[in-house]
Amino acid sequence: MKVAIIIDGQRVQIDRGAPIIDAARKAGIFIPTLCYHEALKSYGSCRLCMVEVIQNRQSRLVTSCNFPAEGGMEVFTDTPRVRKIRRVIVELLLARCPDVPLLQTMAVQMGIDFNRFRKKEGKECILCGLCVRFCEEVVGVGAIGLANRGTEREVATPFKVASDVCIGCGSCTYICPTGCIEMVPDEETPKLRRMNMGKLSLSPCPNNYQCETCPIEQEFIQDIKQVVADFRSKHKRTPF
Amino acid sequence: MNRIRTISDLEALRRSILAGKDPGKAVIGVCCTTGCRAKRSGEVIDALENEIREKGLQDKVEIKKTGCHGFCEMGPIVVVEPANSFYCRVSAEDVTDIVSETALKDKVIDRLLWKHPATKEVVVSQKDIPFYKKQKKVVSHNSGRIDPTNIEDYIAVGGYDALAKSLTAMTPAEIVENVVASGIRGRGGGGFPTGIKWRICSSAPGDTKYIIANGDEGDPGAYMDRSLMEGDPHSIIEGMIIGGFAIGAREGIIYVRDEYPIAITHLSRAIKEAEEYGLLGRDILGSAFDFTLKISRGAGAFVCGEETALMISIEGRSGAPRPRPPYPAIEGLWGKPTVLNNVETFANIPRIILNGASWYSDMGTAGSKGTKIFSLVGKVGNTGLVEVEMGTTLREIIFEIGGGIRRGKRFKAVQTGGPSGGCIPISKIDMPVDYDSLREAGAIMGSGGMIVMDETSCMVDVARYFINFLMFESCGKCVPCREGLKQMHEILKNICEGRGQRGDIELLSDLAGVMTTASLCALGGTAPNPVLSTIRYFRDEYEAHIFDKKCPAGVCKNLFEYVIDEERCNGCTLCRLRCPQEAISGEKKKPHVIDRERCIKCGICYSICKREAIRVK
Amino acid sequence: MNTEWIDQILEKHGYRHSEIIGIMQDLQEIENYLPQETLRYISGKLELRLTRIFDIATFYKCFSLKPRGRHIIKVCCGTACHLGGAKRNLEQIKRMLHIEEGETTDDRNFSLETVNCLGACALAPVTVVDKDYYDAVHPGKIEKILSKYYPESKRSPHEQD
Repeated sequence: MKVAIIIDGQRVQIDRGAPIIDAARKAGIFIPTLCYHEALKSYGSCRLCMVEVIQNRQSRLVTSCNFPAEGGMEVFTDTPRVRKIRRVIVELLLARCPDVPLLQTMAVQMGIDFNRFRKKEGKECILCGLCVRFCEEVVGVGAIGLANRGTEREVATPFKVASDVCIGCGSCTYICPTGCIEMVPDEETPKLRRMNMGKLSLSPCPNNYQCETCPIEQEFIQDIKQVVADFRSKHKRTPF
Repeated sequence: MNRIRTISDLEALRRSILAGKDPGKAVIGVCCTTGCRAKRSGEVIDALENEIREKGLQDKVEIKKTGCHGFCEMGPIVVVEPANSFYCRVSAEDVTDIVSETALKDKVIDRLLWKHPATKEVVVSQKDIPFYKKQKKVVSHNSGRIDPTNIEDYIAVGGYDALAKSLTAMTPAEIVENVVASGIRGRGGGGFPTGIKWRICSSAPGDTKYIIANGDEGDPGAYMDRSLMEGDPHSIIEGMIIGGFAIGAREGIIYVRDEYPIAITHLSRAIKEAEEYGLLGRDILGSAFDFTLKISRGAGAFVCGEETALMISIEGRSGAPRPRPPYPAIEGLWGKPTVLNNVETFANIPRIILNGASWYSDMGTAGSKGTKIFSLVGKVGNTGLVEVEMGTTLREIIFEIGGGIRRGKRFKAVQTGGPSGGCIPISKIDMPVDYDSLREAGAIMGSGGMIVMDETSCMVDVARYFINFLMFESCGKCVPCREGLKQMHEILKNICEGRGQRGDIELLSDLAGVMTTASLCALGGTAPNPVLSTIRYFRDEYEAHIFDKKCPAGVCKNLFEYVIDEERCNGCTLCRLRCPQEAISGEKKKPHVIDRERCIKCGICYSICKREAIRVK
Repeated sequence: MNTEWIDQILEKHGYRHSEIIGIMQDLQEIENYLPQETLRYISGKLELRLTRIFDIATFYKCFSLKPRGRHIIKVCCGTACHLGGAKRNLEQIKRMLHIEEGETTDDRNFSLETVNCLGACALAPVTVVDKDYYDAVHPGKIEKILSKYYPESKRSPHEQD
């Protein structure tokens, strides 16, 4: 069932229950996010996509990547409250990963010229979980996962040794927004590729995260499906 | 086997249990839950068993291993009936006297009775001790009275009557409306009206539904749920069966914290007994209602107290909360409608069903009905569990029940609600304790921890303590919580270590605002509360740390020094001998001195000095 | 690797993926920690991804991937214990054993852990060694408590009786 919602004054038709961010993208309204991807289930971890929603005369802040669209809903994507949250989140992420170009660019766009947080780390991974979820949900391999908790949470292979189920498809490298997973040829068997969590610079998305109109996106997902199918037929086993 | 198939079976069983009790037999009840066991009540039991065996008193004296009385400070606690004497701090050496005097001759032993600290008067029975006078035992009324490992003990005091009433005389909808009318709100922290939750879930579409009891009591300083699970497991089970019937769930799960082994043992046993007696399983009391119950053990993660994380953990994954909506009452465990309530909430249900909704809603305040158990701990005279009517003031709880502050020190604050709560200062001491007043004061009810602090507690350190706790207990999924806590901790650590800067308080407040609104779950959303409430009421302490580089309470190591008070020191040499740094010098019988350069502030001298001659400066 | 007992545990839990946490708790109870081979083995047997098992093993505090000591010291750091000076006790133990939290002494005699709250707040500050509770602990008491658990060779002669 289609419903109509109003985003920043613009009326948009969308499936009832679809995430608000999809409606916004349809209307050409940009909502920043670092963990949402249309091919994957909503995860809601970066909190950058927060918007103000007025529903039943009540206003509240929600993440647009998972909040379901309902008829009569009014959405504001760029209010002072929303901007403040986004600024602090980018500041926090930039304190964690000061050298990631994407975050630097976002900071410039938001007019952040000084990071108030004193604890600076040299990390590159922002724990958006895209690589883990892509490997699990799209590739169907689950070679990389999450480990530990709290401030120690990290992306890792089991026991932090090379995964024995990785098929070298390169999805994680492709989908990582900060470029912290690099793809290198395997030294012993050059035809195989290996994913390393190391330094690799990627420019911000050239298509402004409009995934549904992105040719790379469409092709790539097709490619990966092919790689997975080939692997399965060759090895006669399902990577569970 | 006493399998109960109908209500009359239940009544017949109760009659036969009561008839089987010999009124002439003395009963010695020994608390066997974690607190008293830690104080070696196990040795008391062993000694009692020996004594009775050796003297051949099996027909005259019975030993009962009971649950918690709440007065944990005074453990191990032993209550002897019919003399009704309440003995404190009992050890194995006291056993012979207890058996020969109190059990056999009804004579009270004065040295084991509670003694008023000021007047030195002794008090014989529990109800006359000031600690109990203002309490109102509704949920915890069985704990301490019955043997939690014996279902017949529970049945004897009216157990499973509420279940019988629910299954035979009420419709599921009536039960739900009764719970709504009672006004009971969730006892685990959020305070959401229980009846409304049940109503939403009962009308959610689907044949398979679940009911879950949250026994993952994670708030540090709170242990009422442990005490209930250990001391009265059947009331929780009974409440869950009634809840299952009301919402249409045939399966229930009790999620218990891994750190509570006795609770797991007692609950497992209680479930097994209830199954054997036909109170769990198929066709309960001939009502055609089937209900099964199992235990899921936690594995050491505070965040699993959050409802979505708890369900994910039961499903066998790492417990990172998921975004809501959908709410669990619609889509919960395995995607099915699920009701999740705290164990204390469930333990209230049989009482509400038996006594009626209005009986319950007559207790408490306008917005908070019934009673609540608090764990009163910290720098208070009487530590333990207290159950009071909602709306009782903090002063009544801390000064009348709790007996005021230890060692004549001054009250500084009381922390309620665990890591999601806040610190309440002396200016609010006459505030009634209920959900809304606490929230207004910047704290929350939480699960019921009440940690009393005196002038030796540093409020910046308390804030740092909770943020540090949460930093390791956050699941680490969302940015505001994970990165926000990390930065908040860094700022607080800097302040505590003397590196605070102008603007730190403002930055903390700013960050807190974003964490509150932008975090994925309630853990992150409420995480800044300990910081916000201490800034609100104790800003001067923050300023003393930042600007004067002083910790007035003498807790933050870099900001104070240990010195020896010359007037008090009698040169006993104890501190000099024990100092690991050889930082203390002095001659016998002459005042000693501490070498500031060498001192690592380990606190050994401070803790062992018998004359309180070591001071914080 | 002897897998018979592992299979028994899996059998007990009906090979259900949802019971993976309980399975790992049972395994750890027997082995005292979770060896990599054991986890790889159950991953294969249950057809459950190793990433999920590794996530669980590192997310929940009760699991250890490293062998632990014969005696486990748990310093309660709940609020009541914190106010009572649990941190000083912890530091004193660290100084005495030369290990940090989560570590094991070289002779594998002690592992040092902290726990958020044991729910024994009336005894604060509490330290638990194996199953023995020690209440109202202060730094001056630590040596006496730990000495009860030293290996025989390290005890002083009069304690060996």
